[in-house]
Formats: sequence, structure tokens, C-alpha cells
Amino acid sequence: MSKRLFIKGNEAVAMGAIEAGCRYYFGYPITPQSDIPEYMSKELPKRGGDFIQAESEVAAINMLLGASASGARAMTSSSSPGISLKQEGLSYMAGSELPGLIVNIVRSGPGLGGIDASQADYFQSVKGGGHGGYHLLVLAPDSVQEMYDHAILGLDLSDRYRMPTMILADAVIGQMKESMIPHPYQAPELPEKDWAVTGKQGRSEQKIVKSLFLGDGELEAHNWKLHRKYELIKQREVRFEADGLEDAELIVTAFGTAARIAKTAIAMAREAGLKVGLLRPITLYPFPEKAFLEATQGCKRVLTIELNNGQMVQDVKLSVARDAEVAFYGRPAGAGSLPTPEELFEQIRKQIRGVA
Amino acid sequence: MTTLEPVFKRPVSLKEVQTHFCPGCQHGTVHRMVAEALDHFGVQQQTIGVASVGCSVFLYNYFDIDVVEAPHGRAPAVATGVKRVHKDKVVFTYQGDGDLAAIGISEIIHAANRGEAFTALFINNTTYGMTGGQMAPTTLPGQRTQTSPEGRNVALDGHPIRMSELMAGLDGVSLSARVAVNNPKNLLQANKIIKKAFDIQISRKGFAFVEVLATCPTNWGLDPLAANERVGEEMIPYFPLQVFKDVTAL
Repeated sequence: MSKRLFIKGNEAVAMGAIEAGCRYYFGYPITPQSDIPEYMSKELPKRGGDFIQAESEVAAINMLLGASASGARAMTSSSSPGISLKQEGLSYMAGSELPGLIVNIVRSGPGLGGIDASQADYFQSVKGGGHGGYHLLVLAPDSVQEMYDHAILGLDLSDRYRMPTMILADAVIGQMKESMIPHPYQAPELPEKDWAVTGKQGRSEQKIVKSLFLGDGELEAHNWKLHRKYELIKQREVRFEADGLEDAELIVTAFGTAARIAKTAIAMAREAGLKVGLLRPITLYPFPEKAFLEATQGCKRVLTIELNNGQMVQDVKLSVARDAEVAFYGRPAGAGSLPTPEELFEQIRKQIRGVA
Repeated sequence: MTTLEPVFKRPVSLKEVQTHFCPGCQHGTVHRMVAEALDHFGVQQQTIGVASVGCSVFLYNYFDIDVVEAPHGRAPAVATGVKRVHKDKVVFTYQGDGDLAAIGISEIIHAANRGEAFTALFINNTTYGMTGGQMAPTTLPGQRTQTSPEGRNVALDGHPIRMSELMAGLDGVSLSARVAVNNPKNLLQANKIIKKAFDIQISRKGFAFVEVLATCPTNWGLDPLAANERVGEEMIPYFPLQVFKDVTAL
């Protein structure tokens, strides 16, 4: 049994990555994620790993590209403006079918914005972000425990499907301290990295990690291959948390920090005798489309709550049953703009009154 | 009876294929020198190349080694990641002037400054070759290109960057030298310096940088011979051939 710890989300995600065998970290300081590089700079050298404080976010993501192409488990982390800079590298990694873990401790924007928890990078994370049409596998933890667990899960999924995986958290999840258990890593069976560059070492064929395809039909075939991979993870890797959907008159959906606040509001609503269910996407890509469709066969009212002006709500609308109604409540992030449980409870009450 | 021994043959590190390079382009010459160096040290099977964006992106079609393709300018960052994982392998980057001295100048300077233990080859032909001959950071004053139709005006466009001199000023650099392949004498020196650059990596003496002045006849609008003459007449006076730093000589 592992000992229970009381630590920050940022420390937990770094700890989980190390537990899962990540030995290479490349990053650049930016609030509110700097605890991650700080932790890695202390811990990786003790384990024979490498920590590099890169000259830029651009360099950091390309160091990750190189380490991943070499077959190692590696990661980078940043916050929104830095993640924007990494989009070029993410597109190349997706095109080159490279694994790798990217943690985005989202802050508010646009531009320099602020350092408060925000969910305004949802579109950037799940729709591709960089050029060329690709997807990342996106995990949305809502607790310090999940920060640890998702680092491990993210590295495993990333290796299994040869695609970069992003953990989309925010200033609240990254900075708050909670109790968590650092479960020991149990390695699943994963495909061998027979595509990695190692030097030929007697092999007859070269290993070439690339995203350039100029021959007739080559690039189309490559993109169909990537597409099939995305279809496969839609079938296999969707994760969500569902609670009280059976007799719900209203389904509340939210991810990450918004879900944490919503959970308190839902508890208040149930206390008041209201039948409210929760559907929390854990994988934002692949999105739990089927779960929404099934849940809205019975309950026709959905309230989407986000720390932005409405992004995930678009995917919710595309997923629910045709006759379901999807409402939205959200606030763009900034100092003093985090909704309270009471505020969300009020929104839930309004929606239920709408039914009655 | 005498036995005939081949005295000149294709390096094993190069594949038996034709290159796509234009007539008179010197990428092929430099590729061969790099391959000869890998053969010389017997490290072909332990080498990982990092290709950049431009005409040289296809080096994996010509070198019989493992290769990672880097985004434009990012080869030194990619090579950093590769070398940190494969500390016992030989890693080299191969970049043109736009790639290394414009969009990627940050990555090369910081990789060099960290003393990353790879070998950096820098091909300076004073133009963006692949995209059709636009002004590069190394385009000479007065040189006409597609984006400096009246000739590079240093008052507006800035001055050509002398990368080897810049690199020599960094404490993390073990070797910084500029060579050319425009005549037999320079070719021999280039061969020697490129070998030295790999020797420094193999003997764990740090980061080595070699700039090679090269032709781009197609985008210069010159035939191969005239292009080769331009290297001696116009480029070398601005970009002197010299070993600017060599820690092994101290």
C-alpha cells in the first residue's frame, strides 16, 4: 500500500509521469505550472534522467519530439501562451506519429490574459490546435489524484496509439493541494517501439521518423491512417464519470475544475430534492459522444457548465439525442470570475423550474 | 603479379541512389564528406541524423542511417532530445542558412551554449534554395534575390550573419570553423574539419559546428562553374575560411 500524500496537482502529475518511467522533461517557466519543471529538476537527476530548461517553448516541444523519436518516455508542460508556441511541434509529432505527454495548466486569455483557472483552451486542445488536421488524445483531470493517474494513463495511451497526449488542467487543479495515493505503476502490455531511431545497429532497414510525404497518394494514405487511429480511440478509449443519470430530470455536464464546483452544486440540488445527474467527460478527445446520446434518451435537459463562453457545449450539442435541449452557463476566466457552488446551484434550479 | 585495390569508392554510409540536387549544387559533395567521416570512425550503425527543412530534408534518402526529420529551424532542439536519450550514439544535424541562421537561430545558439554533444553541419549558400531563391540571413550585400530584387540593402535588410564567428564566442562550443568545397585545397581542409567535428563528439569533447560555403547555381542564375567561382570571388572575402575555435588545439 502506498502512503497517502497531501500535495499539489502540479507535483502529482510530475510524480505520476516519473512513476510511469518518464525520464526526460523539457520545459520553460510559466505560471501557474512552474512547480512541474521545479519538481522535475529535483527528481529526474536522482533517477538517471535528464531535465532541460529549454530556451523556449518551441525548443522544449522539439526536444520532446527528439526524445520520443528515440523511443524514450518524455514530457513537457506549460500554460496557455506557451502551449500556443508548442502547436507547431505538436502538429509535427502528430504527423510523425510520435508519443509524448504534454501538460497544459491552462490560464486565462486571450494574449497575456491572467493567471486564473480557465477552460478557454478547450477548442485548441481537442480540435487539433496546430496546422494540418490532427488530434491529440486529451485527458481532463478534476482532482490531484487524477493528475497523478492521468500522467500514467496518458503515457500509456500515448505509447499504445503513437500519438501525443495532452493533460488539460488549469490553475485550480494544478495549484490546489489534496490528499492522494501514489499507486505503483503497473505496466500494461504495449506494442514494441520498433519505429524508434537508435542507430541501425545491424538492422538492414533504416528507421526514419518524418511527416513529409510527397509521393502520389502517400499523404492521403497517411492521413487516412491517422483518421483510422482516431476512429479506433473513439471506440476504445472514451472515459467519463456518470452519476445519478437513471432518474435525472437534468444532466449537468462539466469537466475539470468546472466539474469540481458543479459536483458541490449538484449535491446541494439533491439535498433540495432535485433530480440532477452528472456526466463528466474525462477524455475530451475522444469525446464521450455515445454516453451523451444514451443519457439523453431518457433525460431531455442538459446544462453544460464551463469556465469560458461556451466551447465544449458545441460537442455536447452534436452528441445528444435530437430532441434534447442543451443549455449553457459559463463565465470567461479572470480574477474573481470563478463561479461559486451557490451560483451553479441557482443555474440548476432555474433549469429544473424550466421543466416544471 | 599485382592485385588491384579500389582506391575510391562510395562510402558505405551513402546509399546507391541518385540525388535530386540540381547540377552544380554542393550538397552532394558535403553529404559525401559526412558519409566518409562516419565510415572513417566506423559509426554508421550507431549514427542518428537530424534532417531539417529545405533541399537537404531528403538526407534520409541518401544516407544509410536512422534519421529524424525536424521542423524548420528546430533540428538542434530535436538533436538535443535524441542525444540526451542516446548518449552513446553519434548524432548530427544538417541545416541550411535560412533554417539555422534565421528561423532557427535561437535553437542553434542555445544547443551550442549548453554544449550538447552533437555535430552541427551548416550549409551556407546565401539563399533559400528550396523555396526558390529568396533573401537569406547570409545573403551578401548587393546580392539580388527574389525578395531583394534590387540587391540586399544593408540599411534596410540588415547585414549577412557570420555564424561561425558568433558560435566561436560561446563557451559551450568546442569547435567552430568555416570551410568551402570550391577547389581541391579547400576540399581537403573541409574533409579534415568535418572529420574533426565528428572526432570531437566521439571522443566526448562536446559540441562542434562546421559551416560549409556552398553553391546554389539554380537560384543564383549561374552555371555550375560560374557558381563555383562566385564562392571564391564573393563569398570567401565576406565569410573567411578559418578555424575560429578549437578546444582540442589549446
